[in-house]
Amino acid sequence: MVPTSYYILLSAILFTIGVLGVLLRRNAIVVFMSVELMLNAANLALVAFAREQLGVEAQVLVFFVITVAAAEVAVGLALLVAIFRTKRTADVDEVSTLKG
Amino acid sequence: MELILFLITAAVAIAGAVAMLISRNAVHSALFLLLNFGAIAVLFLLLRAPFLFAIQLTVYAGAIMVLFLFVVMLLGAEKVEDAPDRIAWQQPLALLLGLALLIVSVVVGLGSATTPPPDGEELIKFSDPRSLGELLFTDYLLPFEITGFILLIAVIGVVVLSQRGRKI
Repeated sequence: MVPTSYYILLSAILFTIGVLGVLLRRNAIVVFMSVELMLNAANLALVAFAREQLGVEAQVLVFFVITVAAAEVAVGLALLVAIFRTKRTADVDEVSTLKG
Repeated sequence: MELILFLITAAVAIAGAVAMLISRNAVHSALFLLLNFGAIAVLFLLLRAPFLFAIQLTVYAGAIMVLFLFVVMLLGAEKVEDAPDRIAWQQPLALLLGLALLIVSVVVGLGSATTPPPDGEELIKFSDPRSLGELLFTDYLLPFEITGFILLIAVIGVVVLSQRGRKI
């Protein structure tokens, strides 16, 4: 039996890698992928705690998270395509029109 | 045995995530993230959640990553980071803050974790997709319907956003 703490440790490492991806990378698509990685890390922690408590409700919650993530990816990538069409770049540093 | 499987899968997951972070080509990043999602799916299986394993593979590895790869190749945005970073101090600060976040999350996470109960009657109920389905269509029927609505709105939003010749 693998202790829950191992899963939490792995989840924390994956989440941190996701955060670093958002902070360090400038390609908007890779930033987006890092957000997905963070969502996955949170899901992993959620299922690990569900396994500990034997709560099926947490699995329902993970199911909802995955569906909403799918919708979010579809809209986000459409936004990226729209930005690329007008700006001709996917570099997040170049898209700074809203900067004061 | 289960611990060895866990360690191998965890190593694959971390390797995939790190490779996604450091590879310069966005297509390679997407493929490494696919590896990571596959590893997490196996971890769901180890946690006795076979339905989530299937969902993770079909929705994440199947649908979402194909969408990512498609957009990367459609835009030709594999390499947009050739120019040097405009904010020089961002990189070391990000690494420092990332390390701080890792320490904090490990301390908080480990503090709340205990050992899971051994295999038994309850675990069979936990891993059965039927109990998940029953919950989904009884107690969580309204959230389930709202999820369908969210997907509908996403579809409409994507169609509106991708119309040509329209000011957004």
